Amino acid sequence: MTATIWWTIAGCTVVTAIIKGIGPVALGGREIPPRFSGVIAFMAPALLAALVVTNTFALGDHWTVGAHTVGVAVGGLILVRRGPLVLAVAAAVAVTALLRAVT
Amino acid sequence: MSTPPSDDAEDRATSLRAGFRAGVPYAAVGFVLSMSFGIIARDTGFTAVAAIVMSAVIFAGSAQFAAVGILASGGTAGAAVAAAALMNSRFLPMGIAIGPSLPGRAPLRAVQGQAVVDASWAMSNRGDGTFDRWFLFGSTAPQYVTWISGTTFGALGGDLLGDTSRLGLDAIYPTFFLALLISEVKDRTTFVIAAAGGLVALGLVPVTPAGVPVLAASLVALWGLRRERRAR
Repeated sequence: MTATIWWTIAGCTVVTAIIKGIGPVALGGREIPPRFSGVIAFMAPALLAALVVTNTFALGDHWTVGAHTVGVAVGGLILVRRGPLVLAVAAAVAVTALLRAVT
Repeated sequence: MSTPPSDDAEDRATSLRAGFRAGVPYAAVGFVLSMSFGIIARDTGFTAVAAIVMSAVIFAGSAQFAAVGILASGGTAGAAVAAAALMNSRFLPMGIAIGPSLPGRAPLRAVQGQAVVDASWAMSNRGDGTFDRWFLFGSTAPQYVTWISGTTFGALGGDLLGDTSRLGLDAIYPTFFLALLISEVKDRTTFVIAAAGGLVALGLVPVTPAGVPVLAASLVALWGLRRERRAR
């Protein structure tokens, strides 16, 4: 197991560095064509929404809802009402833990 | 290539400081996330040192959780690395987007690209297709510090917390991403893009390995091409 763990760490280090390094080099330092600036501006909402839904409604390769879904909804409500991130996260965790404690 | 006009020493310091301040709340949440990573890694058979080293050299939460999850379920190192690579594949489009905002030769840009993490990337985005790299560095710095200190805390003191699966720590990640998403949704169009990205990802969950749904969602951003053409 020890060897497997260290090989995993080494492998993840290499692939992460390569993936993070390739993007900035891909266009060869050219200015991005103006037409593509709209694409770049839209990447954040598309990627972040995907991260939210896959972390809320998916576990591995199947859809799921549970106590954490309710917790995230409460955290989201606080965020939409311009509450601070740390408070929203604390509320999300507390609601999730509470629901798990009573069910 | 041209250096952006606003890159003199004073503006750099201002951007660094602004980035640092913006990064602190995400760093605080990152502490709790990496603490839970430290606990899970120890449960999987990692030594405390291995868990801390992994956070220090990889510094990518979802990839670390994915890799450890694979090992915990009896998977091989190769499978764990592949899962981590898929989770990190979103840094490919992010890196392409930020590339033109990073000066210097290719190796230097590749090194600067290592500072890209989700929160810093999203917040340093000026919204016009360019990024403030000093803001990026400033906001990544506190997140890196708490990522390692949180892992250390979890790996060494996790036993004090008892059964963490009932604590609700799995609600942290989506809330973290939701905060970033809310600040990106500025109008009707970005809302539609976000909804489409979310639906694409959700639709792919049952049919592709974890990580692919998020990568595929970035393709929704190609809608930006069409709008630009129409505006001209």
